[in-house]
Amino acid sequence: MTYVFQFGEVFRYWHWLQEGVAVTLTFAIVAMILSVVVGTFGALARRSRHRALQVASRIYVEIIRNTPFLVQLFILFFGLPAVGIRLGANLAALTGLVLYNGAFATEIIRSGIQAVHRSQIEAGLSIGMSRAQVFIYVVIRPALEKVYPALSSQFVLLMLATSVISAIGVDELTSFAGHIQTTNFRSIEVYVVCICIYLILTLILRSGTRALGAWLFAYRRRSKLAHLR
Amino acid sequence: MGIRYFTFNDVLYLLDATKWTLLLSVIAFAGGGIVGALITLARISRIRALRWFAMSYVEVLQGTPLLMQLFLWFFLLTLFVPVKLPATLVAAMALTLNASSFVTEIWRGSIEAIPRTQWEAAASIGMSRFEQIKHIIAPQAVRIALAPTVGLLVIVIKGTSLTALIGFVELTRAGQLVSGVTFEPLRTFSFVAAIYLCLCWPLSAVSQRIERRLHVGRTPERGA
Amino acid sequence: MSVVRLNAVRKRFGPLEVLKDVSMEVERGNVVVIIGRSGSGKSTLLRCINGLEPIDGGEIFVNDRKLTRDERSLRVLRREVGFVFQAYNLFPHLTVERNITIGLTVVHKMPLPQAREIAAQVLGKVGLLDKLDAYPDELSGGQQQRVAIARCLALSPKVMLFDEVTSALDPELKGEVLKVIAELAQDGMTMILVTHEMQFARSVADRIVFMNDGRIWEVGTPEQVFSAPKTPEMRLFVSGAL
Repeated sequence: MTYVFQFGEVFRYWHWLQEGVAVTLTFAIVAMILSVVVGTFGALARRSRHRALQVASRIYVEIIRNTPFLVQLFILFFGLPAVGIRLGANLAALTGLVLYNGAFATEIIRSGIQAVHRSQIEAGLSIGMSRAQVFIYVVIRPALEKVYPALSSQFVLLMLATSVISAIGVDELTSFAGHIQTTNFRSIEVYVVCICIYLILTLILRSGTRALGAWLFAYRRRSKLAHLR
Repeated sequence: MGIRYFTFNDVLYLLDATKWTLLLSVIAFAGGGIVGALITLARISRIRALRWFAMSYVEVLQGTPLLMQLFLWFFLLTLFVPVKLPATLVAAMALTLNASSFVTEIWRGSIEAIPRTQWEAAASIGMSRFEQIKHIIAPQAVRIALAPTVGLLVIVIKGTSLTALIGFVELTRAGQLVSGVTFEPLRTFSFVAAIYLCLCWPLSAVSQRIERRLHVGRTPERGA
Repeated sequence: MSVVRLNAVRKRFGPLEVLKDVSMEVERGNVVVIIGRSGSGKSTLLRCINGLEPIDGGEIFVNDRKLTRDERSLRVLRREVGFVFQAYNLFPHLTVERNITIGLTVVHKMPLPQAREIAAQVLGKVGLLDKLDAYPDELSGGQQQRVAIARCLALSPKVMLFDEVTSALDPELKGEVLKVIAELAQDGMTMILVTHEMQFARSVADRIVFMNDGRIWEVGTPEQVFSAPKTPEMRLFVSGAL
């Protein structure tokens, strides 16, 4: 048996793939932003003086990190209606992605906050800032900057994880691959093309986050140049 | 089979399916270790083409979704292999290759963490490249690699859940089947999640403990 | 009237008693220099006055207000007590100007334009007006410390605490920082300094406090303490330090 590859059959559905990419990226970006927020609060809770908050944050992180994302999605999408919470596929997927990635973000941001030196906190306190003000103005930005590379890798992992939300019927890239494949039966070509698209997305996100980081933390670059002057 | 309640039989069924999750994890982890070791050797080889191959290998497997890899292998194998292969084999193969890319990343990182001077010292007493790795580099790298390697086991176990989507009946797929007949998805999947938690949490804890001990043990050495 | 008053202050770190029954008063406009060997409790004493370390016994008054552990009152107190750190502790992600204005806008709720005027004013005072837009990393250690002093000064504190502010500096950079402090003393700023610069202590201090083993061992004018030390410990310290 010889198999003739017909990639043209896949590119006929280019508009589907485009739409899939758009949806995949939208989910990845929105979920990433929200999970940094979740992660910041998770990390704060972990460092809180209230034991209950510490424990809650810890349990959240451990449960999420030690169960498969797919099962978490199934609970959100198929399970929650049993207790009267009905999330649509999109909302369930977004919630799932944020909860999932938020746990990893919590651990990453926690390590960033830990890396901010105590003396910085004392300096903030010494000019009369409250603990909240110290956190907002002194701690969080250097903390996020320190863990920016880790958060960037996490972003790529999150983007790849979005393929799983096809399992609850969200029409993103992996879903569209399935649609195309059931329409034209060129399954191998479809999946090869889509895998390439994912790979390209990964590379784009990597260089994109690097550029964003250079812009966000411009003062670092400036000071490095200053040493060269 | 009509609608019925989530019963003790379902619990037994899920626990039974866990066996497949475990088997698949062990195959993928062991296979990934072997393949990963070879790719790691290629990655640190002095032959540029080998290094380049290993790099692209890792890049492709880590830069694309595992689910996509599973689908592609599934269709490739059903199309090009004349005999009908069991889903187990497809799943095991895809997961093994995926795990091997993680293994390579972890081990390469650990080897690179060993100071250059260790290679030089080993070379200076006349060791061959292979002997340098075997006697000097690998034993030190293993210490560093241990915690993330145990952590990888958690990633592998969680990864097996995706094989449910190509029809392999392991824990997650069993959960789908049970919830399909009992109409109790919350209870079913919570129970499924709990089983995964029981498998993974201890491993995570061990991994973290090893890592902490390594850091505690190493700090004074570095300071000195 | 005293700006700072300590009454039988005690502080321990675990089993180690660092401050044992320390009492002292600092009058308005006075410059008090605390000297002593490392580990004698000097820095801890300073940190206690700013509430950076909670005390285990005794009481501390600033402007006749008692220092408590309560967050809110601690914050009010810290607006009146400036602290300059050994390692400068500037905020690396903010420009020099923002390092100075952030306390004014965030803590004192001052509008930014007004805060910037003050920043320019205090930076002029420490001779770094041209560094407004620089980041801390771009400055030398001495310049960073002068910015830290300016940051502190901008909040117009009633008293300034200096914790070994030249210890981290190369010898050639110490002078510029000490000069700024001497000028502040001339302007009548109330200050408590911990330092190892004995010549400087001698020239700037109204009163020298010698600490030893967690206690105030000897107090007096620079003349009294350095030229005619009463205790053997002080005599030994002077002979070693000068």
